[in-house]
Amino acid sequence: MEIEINTPILELNARHAESNRQLLAKEQVYMLDIMASPGAGKTSCILSVIDRLRSQLRLAVIEGDVASDVDAQRIKQAGLTAVQINTGGACHLEAMMIARALDALSLSEIDFLIVENVGNLVCPTEFDLGEHARVVILSVPEGHDKPQKYPGIFASADAIVVNKIDTLPLFDFDMAVFKETVKAMNPTAPVFTVSARTGEGMDDWCEWLANQVADVVG
Amino acid sequence: MHEFSLMASVLQVAEQSARQANAQRITRITLKIGALTEVLPDAMQFAHQALTPGTLAEGSDLVLNQIEARSRCLSCGLEYTPDRYRRYCPDCAALACELLAGRELEIESIEVENGD
Repeated sequence: MEIEINTPILELNARHAESNRQLLAKEQVYMLDIMASPGAGKTSCILSVIDRLRSQLRLAVIEGDVASDVDAQRIKQAGLTAVQINTGGACHLEAMMIARALDALSLSEIDFLIVENVGNLVCPTEFDLGEHARVVILSVPEGHDKPQKYPGIFASADAIVVNKIDTLPLFDFDMAVFKETVKAMNPTAPVFTVSARTGEGMDDWCEWLANQVADVVG
Repeated sequence: MHEFSLMASVLQVAEQSARQANAQRITRITLKIGALTEVLPDAMQFAHQALTPGTLAEGSDLVLNQIEARSRCLSCGLEYTPDRYRRYCPDCAALACELLAGRELEIESIEVENGD
């Protein structure tokens, strides 16, 4: 006997994502999901964003890692609230994990919540967290051909950030080719080129972020 | 490796549907997988093999129906098959396009034995 089901596989995740979205809307919190390979500089970029936006916005961070609270400690050292999610082996964050982290935060005291996803360019793509926007960070040493190898995540991003541009002279990273490749697979996402270390380009990206947050927080 | 999360969800829904129909065994699970998803068929099969023992779906077949991607250009109205690397309109090169199909991740049906 055949039973028709026709349900999304990730229906449960979608339900949790939707309830996260509603909670964030009610509390007027803008949530950004940051995705990248391990070592692309996610935490350093987040610290650099915090540095530039903390005078105008109330920020907090959710750190997703397979294990340890190394990243959350770095955020806390900067004087911010950070919740660590240890996925215990899972390669991505899911909406239910975010729901628990949202429970642990005082949302009425937050404007801009940054989620640092697990370092991975494949698995996080399929899991809606209830975020307002997704940013993919790629670092120069990884090479300009990464979007060709991991098209899904670059196509799903609302903005793409190239980090470590201070190292461009040391690598054969072709920025023109990179931008052309990304534009073909994701025509509307802006590309920001930054160095979290030197601060170069961070102001442009932060201006885009601040405008995004203002649309939600008012 | 997220295929394990996906397969765990599939089994949860499949077993629930089978029990509702008072079925003793699931013999086939059919999924719809869009061409633009990050799902590896081999990894899905492996997750299916690893997770089904001890469930109603032990020994079942996993069928993956691949769904071709379709887009419609919001500028000239052309419907076309986008590929992973070129999403824009092949005719007028407009950037604003609506994705009609290709992101599916669905449980289409299950085949069961001894159901009502």
